[in-house]
Amino acid sequence: MFTGFMVNAWLVATIVALVAGVVGFFVVLRGSAFQAHAIPNGAFAGAAGANLIGVNPLIGLGVFSLAAALGIGRLSRRGRSDVVTALALMMMLALGAAFISQSTQYEPEIFSLLFGEILGVSSSQVLPVVVLGAVCVLAVAFLYRRLLMTSIAPEIAAARGFRPERVEMAFLVVLACSTTMTVPVVGAMLIFSLMIGPPAAARCFSNRPEIALLVSVVIALVTVWASLACSYTTNWPVGFYVGVFSAAWFGLGRTYGYLRRVRRVN
Amino acid sequence: MRFLFEPGFFSSAPVGTAFVIGGVTAVVSAIVGVLTVVRGQSFAGHALTDVATTGGSGSFLLGISPLVGFIGAGVVGAGAMELAGVQRRRGRDVATGVVLGAATGLSALFLYLDTTRSATTGVTQQILFGSIFTVDPSTIPVVIVLSVVTLALIGWMYRPLLLSSLSSELASARGVGVRRVSLLFMLTLAISVGLSSIAIGSVLSTALLIGPAATSLRLTRNLRKAFVFACVFGVLATWLGILFAYDSYYWDPSSQGLPVSFFIVAIIFLGYLVSGLTIVRRFVGPRVPTRGRAETPRRARPSNVGEVV
Repeated sequence: MFTGFMVNAWLVATIVALVAGVVGFFVVLRGSAFQAHAIPNGAFAGAAGANLIGVNPLIGLGVFSLAAALGIGRLSRRGRSDVVTALALMMMLALGAAFISQSTQYEPEIFSLLFGEILGVSSSQVLPVVVLGAVCVLAVAFLYRRLLMTSIAPEIAAARGFRPERVEMAFLVVLACSTTMTVPVVGAMLIFSLMIGPPAAARCFSNRPEIALLVSVVIALVTVWASLACSYTTNWPVGFYVGVFSAAWFGLGRTYGYLRRVRRVN
Repeated sequence: MRFLFEPGFFSSAPVGTAFVIGGVTAVVSAIVGVLTVVRGQSFAGHALTDVATTGGSGSFLLGISPLVGFIGAGVVGAGAMELAGVQRRRGRDVATGVVLGAATGLSALFLYLDTTRSATTGVTQQILFGSIFTVDPSTIPVVIVLSVVTLALIGWMYRPLLLSSLSSELASARGVGVRRVSLLFMLTLAISVGLSSIAIGSVLSTALLIGPAATSLRLTRNLRKAFVFACVFGVLATWLGILFAYDSYYWDPSSQGLPVSFFIVAIIFLGYLVSGLTIVRRFVGPRVPTRGRAETPRRARPSNVGEVV
């Protein structure tokens, strides 16, 4: 389990979980679940387009996820952000459908882009993941106070002179960056589950942001490691285990929060 | 005429079926969509398409009818979202996301098992994107019956639903069971979304649900007009998209034509963008042009806030 091609898988999974735990914490805090779903899913159209014109899919993914982040951020100023996100996602998926219709041999690649191919990570894919992952975590560290303030206490953030729409835009770009890095290796759906379940559970376990952030990372790591091990032994897709374990963590967190509330009342 | 309609357009049976199915789903989606957008549940509306497709891929495995799979999974998912979600919008988004994540995980498993057991290629693409041109004509009656059921449900709970969408406090003061109405709406949404995703594919399902509704709500504040406008826009976009997709096979003899979903979504997206332009809003839009701006200042000026603090 810890030799050969699995070494890369463990390495990449660990980095992805670290990033998802950190970025996902703010996704949950800011209520950006829809954006976190839309950017990776829509970006896969970019990979389809890149495939069609014969460039590296990573470039297509990067361009599309960045365009999605900037487009959603910009249009959200004039319209409601959930509506804008839905329409932007549909536009990208429709473009993806158009790209796929023009090429002939794409079926297995759709599957791998949506659900990932973490067991087939090559050594050359590890470096971009490490670099982009480091960039994302550093960006979140740099934006930490702004992100926290604008989501928890908008008034104080305004008093500090933080502009909410700029912080939102910066956050969407971080989301896009983490997407570009993760979609080719773990798939659009896995990264989304990992960005929602563990952080949402972590918020139930602690009210202090620093501790919740740490718990979120730990839960994400445990989820990914357990999923990889299960997938290795049963041969079922990793995405299945990540999705189910993430939801289970959320259920556990909510139960814990409920029990704590009940005890406090009595 | 020759420019607009390529030969065989009116005599083609798949085109006829696509017109009927597309028109019916566009109307139902537009009506449910206006309420979805007003309630701020676009994410749930989209997530349910993915949950429904999970049911679709599971039904291949179990050997049951895809329609049962789509709608059954949608209804179960909607119930789970509603039960896990707390009342605040952010909590609701997270609950929707968790259910969506679990459903896509299951989807990964089902598709994996589908492809390993039966080796049918094209299943992924078929389930995800669908095609309005490959709809079986025998599904028309089912689609129409379920559409009528959806609209009847909406009509039945229309007033309490509207009241609880606009102000849940006011609604509960009037004795409306807000949680119950909300759950019922989610179930209706699930039926409508499951229906449209099996009929026209999940991409078009969300686009027809949110696009026409959001566009019409930008252009008018009168809810009745919004319903009518959303229906008209949705149906027009669908039919124009079908026409373009059909014609696109003739544009370049060497190419394969472009998918119908691409055209429909592009028309809807452009419509939404145009409806947001200041010029359009000045002529067509509501009297008070920008609602959001007065309530939430776009930029907090440190000097002003500093005086208060």
